[in-house]
Amino acid sequence: MAKYIFKRILHSIVTLCVVICIVFVLLRQMPIEGYFNNYDKMSEAAVQVSLQKMGLTDPIPVQIVHYFGQLLHGDLGTSNKFRQGYPIAKIVAQKAPISIKLGLISLAVSLAAGLPLGIMMARSTKTRWKLWDKFGTVFIVIVEAVPSAVYHLLIQLYGSEILGVSMLFNVDNPKTWILPIFSLSIGNIAYYAMWLRRYMVDESNKDYIRLARAKGVPEGKISRSHVFRNAIVPLVQYLPQSILFTLMGSLYVESLYSIPGMGGLLIQVIKLQDNTMVQALVLIYAALSVLGLLFGDLMMALVDPRISFTGKEGAR
Amino acid sequence: MEQQQVLLSVQDLRFEFTLRGQVLHALRGISLDVYRGESLAIVGESGSGKSVFVKCLMGLNDGNGYVAGGKILYHDQDLTTLHTADDWRAIRGHKIAMVLQDPMTSLNPLKTIGWQIQEAVELHQNLHGDAAKKEVYNILTEVGINEPERRYKQYPHEFSGGMRQRVVIAIAMACRPEILICDEPTTALDVTIQAQILNLIKAMQKKYDLTTIYITHDLGVVANVADRIAVMYAGDIVEVGRCEEVFYDPRHPYTWALLSSLPQLGVKGEPLYSIEGTPPNLFHEIQGDAFAPRNPNALKIDFVKRPPMLAVSPTHTARTWLLDPRAPRVEPPEHIRVLREKGRELGLTQQAGEEADHG
Repeated sequence: MAKYIFKRILHSIVTLCVVICIVFVLLRQMPIEGYFNNYDKMSEAAVQVSLQKMGLTDPIPVQIVHYFGQLLHGDLGTSNKFRQGYPIAKIVAQKAPISIKLGLISLAVSLAAGLPLGIMMARSTKTRWKLWDKFGTVFIVIVEAVPSAVYHLLIQLYGSEILGVSMLFNVDNPKTWILPIFSLSIGNIAYYAMWLRRYMVDESNKDYIRLARAKGVPEGKISRSHVFRNAIVPLVQYLPQSILFTLMGSLYVESLYSIPGMGGLLIQVIKLQDNTMVQALVLIYAALSVLGLLFGDLMMALVDPRISFTGKEGAR
Repeated sequence: MEQQQVLLSVQDLRFEFTLRGQVLHALRGISLDVYRGESLAIVGESGSGKSVFVKCLMGLNDGNGYVAGGKILYHDQDLTTLHTADDWRAIRGHKIAMVLQDPMTSLNPLKTIGWQIQEAVELHQNLHGDAAKKEVYNILTEVGINEPERRYKQYPHEFSGGMRQRVVIAIAMACRPEILICDEPTTALDVTIQAQILNLIKAMQKKYDLTTIYITHDLGVVANVADRIAVMYAGDIVEVGRCEEVFYDPRHPYTWALLSSLPQLGVKGEPLYSIEGTPPNLFHEIQGDAFAPRNPNALKIDFVKRPPMLAVSPTHTARTWLLDPRAPRVEPPEHIRVLREKGRELGLTQQAGEEADHG
């Protein structure tokens, strides 16, 4: 097990390094204006001097090695344009917590609502009228089919009216947290309910459920320790990823409620041609994805004994 | 054999499914007695209703199926009156246990096999904790799985097909049932393992005084294990009798056809016999004998009136008009005549000679 984890972490690090190199090389192809705030007014010589100072005149491999050295010291570089001269790590540290908080709460809400909904739907497929299943399907179809921008807007408009709160987010007023969290959750609720229902229906038609029934296991226990337990496996894999991705924030919801989070930061800095920041953010996001996949696989291996760590055992 | 005690009695059982607004007549009035301690084999082609029939005994049919008539009497109780899972609690596992066809899919892949056997032990033997675990070790050893302590902690994917079927049998045994239903227990296994599994089931039957019901379309299995055979066709039992009676002196044209298509009876170089046509559509009400349209020697009445169960001997009945005294003499196909000769030579079917004279 330890060997497997070590191997996977090593793989992840290599992946990250490759991503960094590619992004680094690509960004060096960008116009050099991106490094200066007042490029138009600078003389040719001044530009050269500044570039040299930033180490940008060195051959690219040297620059990459240099950059890696910087990263190892925990230095993400400084912003050029977004906030000139400000360390990028600090910018992220300011913006990330709010996105993470909102994201984690909304994730908890979506799991707390989505999983029970999925279970109810799956169980009701066995009943005569399938009420829960029909109700849930309508909800899922609406959420999945209507563009999210539309219902986000509606939630903001009517929600703020019903709750009697401002349309905009205010960290200190807990009531203003409700709507953004609801907006962030609703899509995930539908997602979890849809997939859990589907996996549970799949599982409940399997032979071993029939055998469990034949050996006299009560329905409630079948549902819990056979059907749900097995249906949750494919969903577990995505959990670490969803937790980590809360750091990225949601572009639309955050801008709608003016939440000072991470959402849309990358797009903003790309527009500004803030090269060092693009680099740093891409690195962060790539690291999150790789970590998410890694933890997902580890979780999966923990809940599913068929996944072997060594690759030797487990074959039929 | 003589003073057998009826353990379970099925009387005129009709079972139907509603499918897309249509009614499928899956079982069309089955009557069958199961005697204590016997092994009964139910044979028939796919779709003949064998599985639906045994699932009726445990209430395991899909939700769109329902009992449309008849009774299943078992221990002074009519099983057709049971509906919810709670009603069935006292029967499922506790009295009747089941071994499913495919051991590859009939175990939960995410639970250790020990856990799965222990679940049954705890439910039906009222043992818990270490006592239950010990019992699981015992059962594992009993079904021929060595090193039970190590195997207890393993998952189904660490077992071969034959071993998994042993585990499934262990689960069934852990329930301490009275009746064991084996739904094609060897179909998914390779031939060398089949015999082992059948022997294991036989051993368990002896040890625990079980009554076993096999469902199969493998007549080799039937000959190996069964005391009695019930032949099913199109949702009906067409012939019931002791093993040697059905094998050596079959009376229903469908049984003739079924036995004639056994490769073992074929002559080398000649094409293997196969039954013409297809089984009837059970969505329609069936008139007369269901096999009549495929029966080259069908009588006129076969198309009009459903034959009753007519006795050949006290232990052997068949649902065919051929047994009616008014019926014309119809010679069975050649293969069957050979079988009959053989049976008479072996002295297995005393009545065969006597019956052949009648006409």
